[in-house]
Amino acid sequence: MKKQWWKISTALLLIYSVMGGLLFDVPRLNIVNETIRALYFHVPMWFGMVAMFLVSTYHAIQYLRTSQPIHDTHSISFATVGLILGLLGIVTGMIWANYTWGSPWHGDPKQNGAAIALLVYFAYFILRGSVANQEQRARLSAVYNIFAFAAMIPLIFIIPRMTSSMHPGSGGNPGFNMYDLDSKMRMVFYPAVIGWIAMGTWIASLLVRTHLLNEKLEELEDEQNS
Amino acid sequence: MNKIVKICWALSVSPLTVLAQEVEMADSLRSSGKIYVVVAIVLVILLGLIGYVISIDRKVSRLEKRIPEAKK
Repeated sequence: MKKQWWKISTALLLIYSVMGGLLFDVPRLNIVNETIRALYFHVPMWFGMVAMFLVSTYHAIQYLRTSQPIHDTHSISFATVGLILGLLGIVTGMIWANYTWGSPWHGDPKQNGAAIALLVYFAYFILRGSVANQEQRARLSAVYNIFAFAAMIPLIFIIPRMTSSMHPGSGGNPGFNMYDLDSKMRMVFYPAVIGWIAMGTWIASLLVRTHLLNEKLEELEDEQNS
Repeated sequence: MNKIVKICWALSVSPLTVLAQEVEMADSLRSSGKIYVVVAIVLVILLGLIGYVISIDRKVSRLEKRIPEAKK
């Protein structure tokens, strides 16, 4: 259990965010009412997704610089977890939108942008699946990964702020304007964000390790066959 | 003058403060303590999933011990 302290803190942070998120005081706002608590669970999915894609892109750049397959393994693993977090973010957002905006898909610029960003990342996996040669696949997908990240930033962070969006922090305002006065919400929100990023990293590390084991087994099988 | 100020207050500020207090929240769910039922259920699911991730982590570690070269 050495060097496992961060996994224990991940579990503790998530447990704290669930308890605090459901029990602590929140601002009384019309329309959102009690659903404001969804912020503690819906928004960390997106923070987690962006963090996972950032790490994925970092390893894509490292792969292009060094050509070491380990970076490709990291890149695909973090992108997988990022995509899962993004899908969870979209689904939770649709549930929340249904009860506060009136319909699950409201054509909100941020909602549309997030959906397009996820589609761009879907294409990353399709690209990987369509190239048989391992080295070519790693190189092509690393280049595409950098493009996908570069496309995601304006889709999620810039375009929704230039037009009117129903997400807080849009239409020229910095994020969380609506909740600026409430430091109590930050006490749960930030631990939740850190907790989910750490949980994503944990799962991605498991993907990396199983991938390495798989590669090693394949090598051993090749040796036996030859 | 005083009357005008009072009317202005009544028309502008006081309805807002009253509204802020009357926003419907799940206060009865909290006062009855049933919110803890929800917390308990969500915690069980979260703990179950975390436990599952831990068990996968251990299985991978065991495999890594059997194939030591796989660890970078």
